[in-house]
Amino acid sequence: MSTKPFRPDVDAPKYEGKYTPYDIIREGTIAIVVVGLLVILLATLFGSPDERAITIKTWSNADPIDFATTALGELNGTTITAQYGAPYNTAAPGQNLGPLKLAQFAGVTIPVNTVRDFVIAPLTSQPYNKNLSAALSQWKGASAAQQSSWVSNYTKGASKMTWSNGTITVPATNTGPVPTMINSLTAMARSGALDQALVTGGGFYTTNYTKPLLFVADGTYLANLAQKQHLLGSQWGMMNETGSYPGQAWLWLYTFWYQVSPFSSSSNADVQVSALMGLLSLLLLLVPFIPGLRSIPRKVKIYRLIWREYYHS
Amino acid sequence: MSTAEIERQWTTRLRKRVAGHLPPEKLLPDTQPAYVSSWIYVFGVTTIAALTMVILSGIILAIRGPQWWHSSSIGHFINSTHLWSVEIFFFAMIVHLWGKFFMAAWRGGRSLTWVTGVVTFLASVGTAFTGYVSQTNFDSQWISTQAKDGINATGVGSIFNVLNLGQMLMWHIVLLPLAAVLLTTIHVLLVRVKGVVPPFEDEKGATK
Repeated sequence: MSTKPFRPDVDAPKYEGKYTPYDIIREGTIAIVVVGLLVILLATLFGSPDERAITIKTWSNADPIDFATTALGELNGTTITAQYGAPYNTAAPGQNLGPLKLAQFAGVTIPVNTVRDFVIAPLTSQPYNKNLSAALSQWKGASAAQQSSWVSNYTKGASKMTWSNGTITVPATNTGPVPTMINSLTAMARSGALDQALVTGGGFYTTNYTKPLLFVADGTYLANLAQKQHLLGSQWGMMNETGSYPGQAWLWLYTFWYQVSPFSSSSNADVQVSALMGLLSLLLLLVPFIPGLRSIPRKVKIYRLIWREYYHS
Repeated sequence: MSTAEIERQWTTRLRKRVAGHLPPEKLLPDTQPAYVSSWIYVFGVTTIAALTMVILSGIILAIRGPQWWHSSSIGHFINSTHLWSVEIFFFAMIVHLWGKFFMAAWRGGRSLTWVTGVVTFLASVGTAFTGYVSQTNFDSQWISTQAKDGINATGVGSIFNVLNLGQMLMWHIVLLPLAAVLLTTIHVLLVRVKGVVPPFEDEKGATK
């Protein structure tokens, strides 16, 4: 009868040595008390960050030009959301993982049309205003080519946009209803009405903030505040949080890849980093079954430190 | 009912199977092998203790709702205990994980214990992440709008919308904690069934 050879990285030797007293309930109770006291101490000493959420109202009042420029971007299709692709729209094919277009394959499941959802629908929801009503009628009655021409003409002068006496002014002609629409949306934003319109656009009850968050993220105001709080992607962003707190330090490896080549300059970095982390997680999961990898502990001999009393006894 | 009929019952079979694999002296042991003598062993129970604190503080936050802690000093303190118990939880869990790696703790038929541990870690990362995007403050605005790109690029964003507060909160307080606690329970029971991995046979020779 043959016996299987002992594999040191797979099999464990049978232990027939001494046993010592062990009170598992006492150990667990002590651990909970000690950790509980440590948690209370840390919470008392350091608290937790709670930077107030920004609103479209605070953004448009703090920086009306940035807001109006973003609103124009939603109209002319140049914002991040307008050009995003799946799951919001079909404006872009999305990122590739080799031949795989995973986002495109998953499809548009959270439809967002920036012209309709961020500009026209909120303006339409406003109480009657003669100028705005006329502008919206003009917009809705025009052909797509005409709308595009107005927006294009307005966009050409947008770099010289000014804000004065509560009005956005752009030196441009043949812009149709666009100046009225941008000014009305800015006024709506500054009053707080746009926040409400974007949140409640889907009905009275909602817990979905996709649209206002996408709109806010399209501007530079949020990113500028985040930069001051060391939260940008180039500042190891996602694992950090406001203030001097540890944040999600366990995401360090995920965030690390974004800082180094080729990912730091890749247009497919998001899907590549996600795939790499998926692969590394799988390797970690399957360590016991991967020859070579499972031999590392035996070869580096750190276990001799862990069990030093046992080996010295 | 005959004895044979009782023996065939699913309940009887399950009870015997459980009792066979996990008799009371294994589930609640009063002795342990002498080699279980290192500070590294503290981090397993510390992880469970921190998880207990995470759940307790989370339950208190859940009772008053997701925005209570912005306007109440008591709520803010409870949120702080939630944050710091999460930080301790991850610190202890990662030290525990690497400790077990360097012990090659999967040896001797313990590979499933290792696998459930790693899956618990991954589920915990997801639980913490959904918590960060459910804070209803500037951090959640920024983290969610940044994280959406990584998740959307994989196609997962089509069903897992990090900008949807209601969805993220449900994942954070129901689905992922359920998974993490269930996996932790299975992991701990596997440790009790299989015992703590013995040291390598070294130049000392076969273990005594």
